[in-house]
Amino acid sequence: MSTNTENKLTAKDFSSDQDVRWCPGCGDYSILKQVQTILPELGLKREEIVFISGIGCSSRFPYYLNTFGMHSIHGRAPSIASGLKVANPNLSVWVITGDGDALSIGGNHLIHLLRRNFDMNVLLFNNEIYGLTKGQYSPTSPEGKVTKSTPMGSVDHPFNPLALAAGADSTFIARAMDRDPVHLREILLEASRHKGTSLLEIYQNCNVFNDGAFSPFTDKQSKADNTIFLEHGKPCVYGKDGNKGLKLDGAQPVVVDLSSGDNSLEDLWVHDKYDRFKSGVLMRCFDTPMPDRESLPRPFGVFYQEDRPCYEDLLQEQIQVSVQRKGQGDLDKLLKGTNTWEIA
Amino acid sequence: MEPTNSKTALQAKEERKDVTILFAGDSGDGIQLTGSQFSNTSALFGNDISTFPNFPAEIRAPQGTIAGVSGFQLNFGSVELFTPGDLCDVLVVMNAAALKANLHNLKLGRTIIANSAGFDKRNLSLAGYIDGNNPLSDGSLGKYRVIEIDITKLTREALKETSLGTKEKDRSKNMFVLGFLYWMYNRKMEPTERFIQEKFAGHPELIEANIAVLKAGYHYGDTSETFTTRYEVKPAPLPSGVYRNIMGNQAIAIGLIAACQKAGLSLFYGSYPITPASDILHELARHKNFNVRSFQAEDEIAAITSAIGASFAGNVGITASSGPGIALKGEALGLACMLELPLVIINVQRGGPSTGLPTKTEQADLLQAVYGRNGEAPIPVIAPSSPRDCFSMAFEAVRIAVEHMTPVFLLSDGYLANGAEPWRFPKSTDLGTIKAPIRKQNPKDDWQPYTRDERGVREWVLPGTEGMEHRIGGLEKEDGSGNISYDPENHQKMVDLRADKVARIADFIPAQEVDQGESSAALCILSWGSTYGAIKTAVRELRAEGQDVAHIHLRYLNPFPKNTGQLLRSFGKIMVPELNKGQLVKMVRSEFLVDAKPLTKVKGLPFTATEIKESALKALQS
Ligand code: SF4
Repeated sequence: MSTNTENKLTAKDFSSDQDVRWCPGCGDYSILKQVQTILPELGLKREEIVFISGIGCSSRFPYYLNTFGMHSIHGRAPSIASGLKVANPNLSVWVITGDGDALSIGGNHLIHLLRRNFDMNVLLFNNEIYGLTKGQYSPTSPEGKVTKSTPMGSVDHPFNPLALAAGADSTFIARAMDRDPVHLREILLEASRHKGTSLLEIYQNCNVFNDGAFSPFTDKQSKADNTIFLEHGKPCVYGKDGNKGLKLDGAQPVVVDLSSGDNSLEDLWVHDKYDRFKSGVLMRCFDTPMPDRESLPRPFGVFYQEDRPCYEDLLQEQIQVSVQRKGQGDLDKLLKGTNTWEIA
Repeated sequence: MEPTNSKTALQAKEERKDVTILFAGDSGDGIQLTGSQFSNTSALFGNDISTFPNFPAEIRAPQGTIAGVSGFQLNFGSVELFTPGDLCDVLVVMNAAALKANLHNLKLGRTIIANSAGFDKRNLSLAGYIDGNNPLSDGSLGKYRVIEIDITKLTREALKETSLGTKEKDRSKNMFVLGFLYWMYNRKMEPTERFIQEKFAGHPELIEANIAVLKAGYHYGDTSETFTTRYEVKPAPLPSGVYRNIMGNQAIAIGLIAACQKAGLSLFYGSYPITPASDILHELARHKNFNVRSFQAEDEIAAITSAIGASFAGNVGITASSGPGIALKGEALGLACMLELPLVIINVQRGGPSTGLPTKTEQADLLQAVYGRNGEAPIPVIAPSSPRDCFSMAFEAVRIAVEHMTPVFLLSDGYLANGAEPWRFPKSTDLGTIKAPIRKQNPKDDWQPYTRDERGVREWVLPGTEGMEHRIGGLEKEDGSGNISYDPENHQKMVDLRADKVARIADFIPAQEVDQGESSAALCILSWGSTYGAIKTAVRELRAEGQDVAHIHLRYLNPFPKNTGQLLRSFGKIMVPELNKGQLVKMVRSEFLVDAKPLTKVKGLPFTATEIKESALKALQS
């Protein structure tokens, strides 16, 4: 990828001439805006960026960006992007997907993409519902969710997408939300800078079919006490006045009250995004906030990051080694094979 | 060296035009190697050959049982050959199970060469001979000529001076058989001696042992009193040139590489392991120095969609599978058709439906290839006729895909995939060029991604091309711009444009030829795919017998060559043999309104020339 410093592009340069057609108030608008805002920061030319999506509301995304793009078929964006990256490793590749697209119909492709670690970014818009098909429960909907297809409540146990990504050995695992644009931009930039497959789950409000699914984490009144924003190398502090913290008791995360005087900042868990085991504990902080009892806060930010060779680089290396060993392919030699005879 | 023995001169030599040998034994008996050595030696000698291996379906079937029998059929001759032969003239069996499994493949009155050591009590019971009845001695083989040799004992005998253990000694008993057959058919041993020296380089004791047993087999024929006839199969009048042996799957892989080289594009191969297509993946993975990117995907869907992604970025995306895997790729094929990107899909057909008969051959996926997608999604379909034709048609598949910006189906099958024949391979400079419609620069401000040329083909603009950013997708697109469009008139137009583009490929493929016979013949046999050899053989014989029969073999199935209808209408009767329940016959009847009649077979086996002949004679009389 070449960097483009002379004429810095702006967010406007990245918006296409197509009318954006999500429902008014949909969380997708904010995500589109933040992506358009950070793209000029990457120092890339428009033509070097490719957005690949599957099917679902979020998958309309590529049409609204003035880059190369493909709105493909349900669940298959990760494998289309894999082939694309193998064919041209110089492109900046972004996969746009949703909870149904990535975790249900395309679940197999997502886990294999993550283990192979192609250098690309996966933005997983999680709204815990099927929006485009008008309101069925999704693989991230909570148990008991009443929807058109589950009038008596869902009996499916939902996925924890980040724990799933960790299970597939993803090398970059992060979470953000549509309602916190500043944090979203910051994490988008971190994801884009990571060399390897970055999985960013974005909580996205579907105000038509699942309004308020994330309100305990996004609403002004409840956000501070129900969320924790992770920062690498910093103690895990949260709460309205920074009065709460997380401590590790063995392998168990425990909420401590900093105002009581029993615990100080030094006692808190310091987030280390390179620690595979501890980051796993954070991914398991997946409580549903309840008014009547204390629950663990839902973490946001970069949970885990790791340096691991990328598939496309390893493949290119093999091609080079093969050329070194056998020489650049000679078609006549190939046609001839090793055993010939002549008929006069 | 060929030993000269006074007796040799006395023994009779009978001339044969062509001979079919079936080698059969346990998977561990070295059957494939014996067969391929005899084939190579015969090819070097100048015979035409055609071979087909037959592996047991289970990887490690129990020794001595019918399920564990492996076979190798070889047809060699002084005339041009088009099949590995219907029934065999010589059946070589290493044990009782091999005899039981294959006796029905032997012509009456012809020869069985049996390793008597493989007919002991244990082997007889494993093969299911009731009460240990030995067919070699109970008179049940009276209609055949049986040459019984204790190959195991003679092999051990030949190696008694060596330090090898019994197990190692027994391993070279296939060389005894080979030596004996070389004597029987007057073949030189040098090519196999050279092969042994290369194969066991660094192990002089093994080289010595294998050559000793090979010679022992040869001498046994020479000195044994039991046997007096030797045969001669003269070289075939093949066109002069340099030849190699080629198997169908291997030919496909080489054809794909050659075409991508000619197009100046990298080859991306996305595939998921499946029988009988996996050998294409294995072959391609060995040729990374041709810039081949082989990708073993997590499933069939990822195999094809990764290929679509690679095509979007400017590689030639290719995927292959067999029946059930192709079914999984259906949705992505529709996408490729909608996007109008090059893509090659190879279906190495096998017995179906569902898992069906994975190691057996069938042609029952033709309608699936031509029609099997949601919506109006026409895709060109082509099919090779022989193992070596797999090269040409793989090359064609890439050419059509790239030059016409479309997915292309290549329909091979299990019979072609594993069959082998000599190939007078081309020089790279003899191959045609392939011109990809890639646009690297923005020609004018109002360039659009779905603007078409006079052939109805759009341009291929790769991500990375400055000023030409655009979005493509599976939703119906507006003519020209490619933007999403739900407009009824536009949908009609786009469906028509895509169909028209594929139909117009007929202008860029060769006219249909009549393979044999007159275009006014009383009966035309119309075929496609791997049945070519059997039908060609049958039609040759029928014509030699004075029958008014013609043969047309289609390699382009969608679109058909432009003159196909006109040709077909000129015949009195049309018979369409297929290894399915009648698929091409439906297509030609609906397309050309001709009264074509089916001849179908779905046994997992190819047609024999005899079956075709008999049906043709019946059709002529009806
Ligand atoms: S249905 Fe929901 S997710 Fe889809 S566009 Fe409307 S608000 Fe957004």
